[in-house]
Amino acid sequence: MEITLPVIILALPLFMFLLLGLTGMKMSHKAAGWLGCLGMGTVLVLSYITAFTYYFSGSADFIDPATHTRLQYIVFEQTWLQFTPNLAIKLGFLLDPISAMMLIVIPTISFLVHVYSLGYMEGEKGFQRYYAFLSLFTFSMLGLVVATNIFQMYIFWELVGASSFLLIGFFYTLPSAISACKKAFIVTRFADLGFLIGILVLSFYTQQLDFLPMTQNPQGVLASMGGATFMGASVLTWALVLIFTGGMGKSAMLPLHIWLPDAMEGPTPVSALIHAATMVVAGVYLVARLFPLYMLEDAALTFVTVVGAATAFYAAVVACTQIDIKRILAFSTISQIAFMMVSLGVASRHNVAIHEGLGYMASMFHLFTHAMFKALLFLGAGALIHAVHSNNYTAMGGLRKYMPITHWTFLIGCLAIAGIFPFAGFFSKDEILTACFANHWFWGVWMMMVAAMTAFYMFRMYFLVFWWDEPDYAAKVKEAEAHGHHAAMPHDGPLPMSLPLLILAAVSTVAGFISFGEFVTFDGHEYHIHIDLTVASCSMGIAILSICFAGWLYMKKNDKPTRMADSCRWLWTAALHRFYWDEIYLFVTRRIIFDGICKPIAWFDRHIIDGTMDGFAYVTNAASNAIKGLQSGKVQLYLLWYLAGAVLLGAITAICLL
Amino acid sequence: MDYSQFFAMKQEIALLIAFLVVFLCDTFASPKAAKSVPVVGCLWMAAIVAFGFVTIPGYEESAFDGMYATSKVMYAIKNTLNIGAFIVLVQAMKWADSDFVSIRRGEFYELIMLTLFGMYLMISARHFLLFIIGLETASLPLCALVAFDKRRYESHEAAIKYVLTAVFSSAILLMGLSLVYGLTGTLYYAGIASAVGSNVGVMLAVGLAFVMAGFGYKISLVPFHLWTADVYQGAPTPVTSYLSVISKGSAAFAFLVVLTQVFATVYSSMWEWMLYALIVLTITVGNLFAMRQVNMKRFLAFSSISQAGYIMLAVMGDNPMGYSALMFYVLVYVFSNLAAFGVIGAIENATGKIEMTDYNGLYKTNPRLAVTMMLAMFSLAGIPPFAGFFSKFFVFTSALNGTDSTALYVLVLIALINTIISLYYYLLVVKAMFINDSDAPIATFRSACSERLGMWICVAGIILLGIFSPIYNYLLTIA
Repeated sequence: MEITLPVIILALPLFMFLLLGLTGMKMSHKAAGWLGCLGMGTVLVLSYITAFTYYFSGSADFIDPATHTRLQYIVFEQTWLQFTPNLAIKLGFLLDPISAMMLIVIPTISFLVHVYSLGYMEGEKGFQRYYAFLSLFTFSMLGLVVATNIFQMYIFWELVGASSFLLIGFFYTLPSAISACKKAFIVTRFADLGFLIGILVLSFYTQQLDFLPMTQNPQGVLASMGGATFMGASVLTWALVLIFTGGMGKSAMLPLHIWLPDAMEGPTPVSALIHAATMVVAGVYLVARLFPLYMLEDAALTFVTVVGAATAFYAAVVACTQIDIKRILAFSTISQIAFMMVSLGVASRHNVAIHEGLGYMASMFHLFTHAMFKALLFLGAGALIHAVHSNNYTAMGGLRKYMPITHWTFLIGCLAIAGIFPFAGFFSKDEILTACFANHWFWGVWMMMVAAMTAFYMFRMYFLVFWWDEPDYAAKVKEAEAHGHHAAMPHDGPLPMSLPLLILAAVSTVAGFISFGEFVTFDGHEYHIHIDLTVASCSMGIAILSICFAGWLYMKKNDKPTRMADSCRWLWTAALHRFYWDEIYLFVTRRIIFDGICKPIAWFDRHIIDGTMDGFAYVTNAASNAIKGLQSGKVQLYLLWYLAGAVLLGAITAICLL
Repeated sequence: MDYSQFFAMKQEIALLIAFLVVFLCDTFASPKAAKSVPVVGCLWMAAIVAFGFVTIPGYEESAFDGMYATSKVMYAIKNTLNIGAFIVLVQAMKWADSDFVSIRRGEFYELIMLTLFGMYLMISARHFLLFIIGLETASLPLCALVAFDKRRYESHEAAIKYVLTAVFSSAILLMGLSLVYGLTGTLYYAGIASAVGSNVGVMLAVGLAFVMAGFGYKISLVPFHLWTADVYQGAPTPVTSYLSVISKGSAAFAFLVVLTQVFATVYSSMWEWMLYALIVLTITVGNLFAMRQVNMKRFLAFSSISQAGYIMLAVMGDNPMGYSALMFYVLVYVFSNLAAFGVIGAIENATGKIEMTDYNGLYKTNPRLAVTMMLAMFSLAGIPPFAGFFSKFFVFTSALNGTDSTALYVLVLIALINTIISLYYYLLVVKAMFINDSDAPIATFRSACSERLGMWICVAGIILLGIFSPIYNYLLTIA
């Protein structure tokens, strides 16, 4: 394959970032926006061409003609920094089933978000900066998924973190946005420490940073560890768990999930792009990328499963009680990513009853469909917020009459995430549940319960926003106009906002029918998806029951929800406060770390270390003062010193030799 | 005689042709046409740069019974100097147009090319006679250049100091060479090397010490450095930048060649320890003086003294990596130091201000100049990801490559401690520009096209050399 296209795919967003970032302030909003869309549209087309070439060209580079196995193909690779003869940081472009899939997902969502933002962000201060950051993010994310080297992935991993930080804090005059972006950066950075240590452990033993030699010969990696253990677990397990810690941070797994709900302070299209569809699934992608290694260590896989299952349940419970619609979607994202994690975790090698790649395939499938319908839901939420100028469902209600496009597309998104046939989520979720049951019935039942809760909280939000009781919108408009503001009745967004909604709704409807197993599987072999009828009918039945239950509670205004909340008040309050995770973190950081550790260290720093350093500086200064006479300005003295130097140099050497 | 050996000298010949063309243009041009002489000079220098890149030889060539030799390494060295000289010439165009200089503007370009020719010979010489010719060809025009600004008293003073010290140091160098000649009976590098063998006599030690002093003068190693600050301060700024970068770089290369080709066999018994002492002194004393400077040119003079210590550090390891580390260091140093001089020159041309306190609040009035200066300071101080970090890193690596001598580790440790001191004074400049307030900041001005071009090249070099590894890899493969 020619390297031109891949290079442009990476270079163009970076160029757009530099262009918009450096010269954006001299452009009009319109020019910057359209330029951003144009650039991203080009990337979209080129990525599609690349991905389709990979999947459909049948070239021997991409698919083994004899065994019909999809191959991993490095388009280009350049050594960037050679550490040791074995270890080198390389920058390259890897095409394989999952990276090609991400080449479809990322530019699609990114492009739609670019277009959507034309309407949503219209007139905002710093519009050009916004588009520059979007380009930076897209560049980083693309670089992450095509990494050929775990260190390249780490570099871009940090870059997506940085661009996420910039975008969450986009409204930098809002204190809440500032603290949210700091929180997101610090929490994920903390998790990345684990990632880095994991990389170092892995590379120390295997003398390898490249993905392909590791994943194509996992037994070799195991052998290179030489059975080393640390604190009762094998070193490989430690390395994998530590690497997974990085994934837990980015993908907001328990207990590192606390940053994602707050990240909703960023502009809503950003939430759709970064905090729903692409960046937060980087953790899943990381595990998938190293999956052959994870398969070797049951302990690591079990860890992934347990963390995923706990997170999925926790986030689903919390999502049932939130008021802010973006927060509900945030918790739903956490829960859905946990689904993908669990699906990877249960794909153990001992599981010979079914094709061992099922969990892997299902996870990737869900990643794909989730990106589509979650972006749809977020963009829909953006349209709602745009219309009523509030994030809370209490300010909404009965909106189906005012915003038909948003209503119908949102409904499709809800049906998709709830897993109703024939929408996309049904297919992928069904595969995940089948994989869970194949591992152990416990995981199957557990995840099915979470799936039921998913349907419930999504439709709780749907009914509260679009049905329930209608606030007096007309009065609000009058009140706003009395204060001299421009106001209007809630209405659908302009075309740039509606169009992406319609496109994503269409995709969310049909994406499930893609025979995903043909394209993305664990070992490159084609895998035919069978719908397990028992699982499918059970999960769908439960989902429909949940939806009906949500409808019964929230369709019309009544006091049933309040009474229900009152009946177990403590649980409801705890869930509303997200089970006090933030408070626990604050307690640990403020009371234990700050008071117990930081204050003594600060004292030591201020008095002892600073004192020593001041001492050094004093000595240096004194020395500088002492020799200033050397530079007298007299040539005779200069030459005297010169001669003395030369003679001394010769004399000392001569004496030493004698 | 086989005239085809002149082909080996094609770079020297090309430079001479360039010199002659500029000289003739300058001599016969009408006063009006003489205005374009700097442009002609720059274009020819650009052509020389390009010529140096396209004619890189595939193998080593020598001429005139081995008195002259050239190879890929020599070409890399000369190309580095060419780039530096080109930037200096471009940056000097505005200055060459100023009132007192403009009647002699052509001479500046001619003299620069002539000294560069001398440096070529210094580097390529494999016989001390040719080397001395090169050295003097390089030195004499420099004296004239230092005195170029006739109306300024300091310029005269600097030139006198430069001539006196240069003559003195040439005498010492020749004294050392005659001792070596008396001992071995030849002036060929290879001949001396084989005659010396591992013969470590007192006479050789004294001879070597004097040779070292002669080189130490050109590179400004302590204690042979005392002329540096006065001459740098007094000379016109373009000349100072030329002196601090190209003159120093070429001498460092020639020194490396002499040490490794002539005295390689007495490495550990003699010059390793001499150089050790010189490096420690140079880095430390240079830094201690740089801390207290208030004049920007004087400040950069001492900074360049301490940088010379780092350059010499690359030689300490006595391995091929030393060559590549030194070449890379000088290449980076060319861009970083010339960026700093570019800013100083631009400000001096526009306002005549040269004190560090004048730079207070520069960022508010001239943000681009301030950022350029900041990049130069960061690179000189060795802050990643700029080129200076990597050049220091490679120099340290090469000094320690394949050795477990504690003394060398101590040396690198001293150098590291000194980078911290250097960070202090480099950041002083950054602090002045970005943090300090000023009642009378330098007014916003637009620097000339030529100055901007020079600075852009330098900034590109500082950034690219830091992140683009193939350049260093190339230097590593040819060394």
